[in-house]
Order: sequence, then structure tokens, then C-alpha cells
Amino acid sequence: MTMTTADFSQAAAAKAVPSMRRSFAEPRNLRSYLLTLSVWLIAIIASVPLFSVLYMLISQGGARLSFDLFTQLPPAGFMPGGGFGNAIIGTLVMVGIGSLISIPIGILGGIYLGAISPDSKLSETVRFVGKVLTGFPSILVGVFVFGALVQAMGTFSALAGGVALAIGMLPTVLLTSEQAIRMVPQRMKDAAVGIGCTTTQTVWKVVLPTALPGIMTGIMLGIASAAGESAPLLFTALFSNFWLESLVEPTASLSILIYNFSGMPFPNQIQLAWSASLVLVLIVLVFNILSRLFGNRKV
Amino acid sequence: MTTNLSTPSAAAATTAGANAPQYAISAAIDKIYYGDFLAVRDSVIGVEKGKITGFIGPSGCGKSTVLRSLNRMNDLIPIFRLEGRVDFMGQDIYAKDIDPVSVRRHIGMVFQQPNPFSMSIYENVAFGLRLNRYKGNMDEQVERSLRRAGLWNEVKDKLKQNGLALSGGQQQRLCIARAIAIEPTVLLMDEPCSALDPIATRIVEELMLELKQDYSVAIVTHNMQQAQRVADITAFFSVDVSKGGRTGYLVEKGPTKELFDHPREQLTREYVSGQFS
Repeated sequence: MTMTTADFSQAAAAKAVPSMRRSFAEPRNLRSYLLTLSVWLIAIIASVPLFSVLYMLISQGGARLSFDLFTQLPPAGFMPGGGFGNAIIGTLVMVGIGSLISIPIGILGGIYLGAISPDSKLSETVRFVGKVLTGFPSILVGVFVFGALVQAMGTFSALAGGVALAIGMLPTVLLTSEQAIRMVPQRMKDAAVGIGCTTTQTVWKVVLPTALPGIMTGIMLGIASAAGESAPLLFTALFSNFWLESLVEPTASLSILIYNFSGMPFPNQIQLAWSASLVLVLIVLVFNILSRLFGNRKV
Repeated sequence: MTTNLSTPSAAAATTAGANAPQYAISAAIDKIYYGDFLAVRDSVIGVEKGKITGFIGPSGCGKSTVLRSLNRMNDLIPIFRLEGRVDFMGQDIYAKDIDPVSVRRHIGMVFQQPNPFSMSIYENVAFGLRLNRYKGNMDEQVERSLRRAGLWNEVKDKLKQNGLALSGGQQQRLCIARAIAIEPTVLLMDEPCSALDPIATRIVEELMLELKQDYSVAIVTHNMQQAQRVADITAFFSVDVSKGGRTGYLVEKGPTKELFDHPREQLTREYVSGQFS
């Protein structure tokens, strides 16, 4: 028997209109609602540590924040005032040395791992070593550079500090560069090869420009974490109360200054340690934000 | 079965006279392996000068593999191995002393997905010219290539705009302009319309018919109607599953009309009439 249109509408009318209202009486709705709420709360709890640390730094260190901090040397024992200009310069110089060493090696290594020979034995080994180095205790990096450089040179130095920071930055730059280079779509490489690019031209003209935002993100993250390091510098750069005059003398850094001054019995020094902490966090924050900006740039 | 290793041009030269087809590329592919996997066997195929050769066949029949081995694109796959010869203007491009990079500068390629570089329209076309340290007037050559690709009128006022901002069909024509800017002898097209809508497809097809005046073209297509519309010669590939693997091979080739109207092989007849599973 065939049904006509009229039959269909009669059948539909016979059926009761189903209730489609949202109701929390239904267990699955309630469960879903509660789960959403708890995930939401936990997400907020996860961000509590960062904001409480920031709050403390601003309230404790913000009071002393002034131009003098950036232009003056650390004060002696009972002296008032002073600043930590030399420590800021020391941190920047050593992070700079670390970058000069780790960025070229990291990017070139990333090119090998990501574009030249991703599946070779050498690549697998280097990738593994890089991952191990990521989780390597930074204090041991300091001890290593102490043995390798400081003892050989006979002095603590910014150079040794920079090398120690470079070792810490290298795996970050290497592995993020590799990731960014691997993300370059195969069709881009096909296009370059298909038009007659050599491997070098393909990497240089197509792969690197496309991967650059990702590589920059890795570099900024590496710099941000290096700027906050203290353990590798303890054994390599030590500290200094004077302006940096040469790369082969003990050098001040913000992180070591915080470590030294926070343990002193003088209120002035403790206040300076708070301010230095705030400045250090701001420096790290700037590089983190830069990494986000580079990462968000559309290819 | 013994493999016939003589190239199509050699075979044609002995059998036919003045009307013998002229081949830009003639390939006698004995076997293509990916590692231990035999992907293609026994395929003797040519790209005739000034004509469009279409490669058709079901998925996995090796037609793309064969096309990509004609300009050594498959070298990108480390486990790729070819037994046989691919002759381009009398030279075996797989000979030891041949540089695959220069092979690709003479045998251009257009891909399935439009893949312009993330740079301006102008720079996309100039890219290959710069690679070759082009001595002539760059602006003129870019314009000429865009005109020949039928894109000039649409982009002449926005040459500085990023190539990726164009529509899919325009991007594909930009890729064609990029490929022909360095004036290759042969243009290989790997399903160039499969990512395009019907209108863009029609435009690219018309373009192919224009291009064959200057270039020898080989095109892989899933679309039998497309082969019938554009190809002068059609080659039909199929898959052999008899020995447990999936090995592609050339079933037959011939003038397109003949192949579709009077196929010699049963397999071809079934495929072109849509009975193929």
C-alpha cells in the first residue's frame, strides 16, 4: 500500500510533541553541568600561583622601583640606596653570549633533523640527546662548565656564564626549530623541488622563511628561560659588585643577586632583591610575550 | 614474459615513416619499487612533442608514480628505486652523471594541490627565474608567463599581493605561470584540477589546450571526461593484485578517441564504460 502526503501528516499529528526543554532533573545534564563547573574552577586554581607570585613581587618590589635601580651599583653592607645596573647588564650580556652560541647551532641542527635527513641514525641520536638535555639538571651544566672553562681559564667569567646558558638553551632552540621545520607542508617543498631548487635553495628560500615564526618562538622561549637561570651561573660567572669591564672577569647577574641579597641581614638589600625579582620577571615576561607574538603570526 | 626495453621512440622509428610521433620524453619503466614494494611494472610510455598525453586509471594504479618519475620528483622519497630508462631528448635522466635538479628545470611540474609560495604574485613567478639568474627583462618575462597562464588580466593590478590570497583556481594558474616562466620543454601535471571547482577546471583545461602549442604536456587525471576533453593520447593504467601486492602497470595507450571508442583490452573497455569496480 502506498502512503499519500495526507497519510504522512496524519501520522505526525497522532504523535505527541516531544519535550525538548533543557532540564537539570535529567542526570546526564546535571553531570555535564557539574563537570564543566569543576573544570572551570580547576583552570582558575592552576593560574593562582603565577598571579600570587606576581602580586607579591609587585607589592614588595614595586615600592623601590626607580631609575636608580638601573643606573647604580649594589650598595655595601649598611649603606642605603643603590641599585643593580651591573646585574641587569650582566644578565643581558650572558644571555646574549648564550644566544650567539645556541641559536646558530640550534637552527642548523634543526634543519638537519627536520629537513635534510629526518630518519637517519644520526638524527635519531641527536633528537634523543636533545630531549635528554632538556631535562638535564642545570646545576650540573654549571659544574661541567666550571670544570671545562673556569678552571682552565683560571677565573669566573661572563664567557663561561654565557656558555653555560647556551647549553641550557640549545635543546629548546634545536627541538622547536625541528618542529617548526617539519610543519612546513610537503607541497611547499614539492613546489620548490619541482621548479628546480637544490636542497640548499629549498631550505633557504622556502622552508626557513615558512618556519621562521615557529623558530622565533623557540628562540624567545630559550632566552626567557636562560634569563631566569641561576644554578648554571653560580659556578661560572659568580658575582661582582662592579660594572662589567671585560668578558673574562666575574660577572653579576640578576638571578645571583637575588640569591645573594635575599639571604643578607640588611633590609635595604632584601628590598633590592625584591625589586630585582620584579625586573627579572618582567624581562622573562617580555620574551614570553614576544614568543607568543611570533607564534601567532600567520604564515 | 620478457620486458621490452626499447623506448617508444626507437620502436616507432623502425615501424613508421615520416609520420612517426616525436617524443619529448620516452620512458621504458621496467619496475618501480618503494623499498620492497613493487609499485609499477612493465610500462612503456612517452610524452609526445606538442601534444597532451593523459594518464588515467583507478586509484593505486601507479599513474602518479610514473608521472613523478619522469622528472625525478620521486627522488624525494628515499626508498624509491626505478629499473629501466627515462629518456629526455636522448639522455637517460636516471644515468649516474645526471643532476636531477637540472632535469626538473627542463621538465616542469604542476601539482594536485595549488602550492604557491607565501610571497607576492610577482615573486612567485620570478622565483624560478631568479634561481636561474635570468638575464633578460624580469618584468616582461613575469608578464608574459602570467599572460600565457591566462591570469594576467586578473592580477595585473595586484602583483604585490600574496599569492595565497588568490582563489584556488587562480592559485593553480599562478603555479602554471611559475612553472612555465623558466620555459621548460615538458610540463607534467598531477591531477591539476582535482582541487578545483568545475568553472576553474574548465579554465585550466582551456589553458592546457593553449599550452600544448609550446610545451609537451602530460596530465594525470581521475576524470575520464577530462581526459577525453584535453588529451590527444591516453594511457590507461591498472592494478595487478594477482601476486598478493598491488602493482600498477600500463594496460594500453593510444589516440584518445580510439582508446575510448575501440579499446583493445577487455580491462580498458570495462573501465571506460564504468563497469570497473
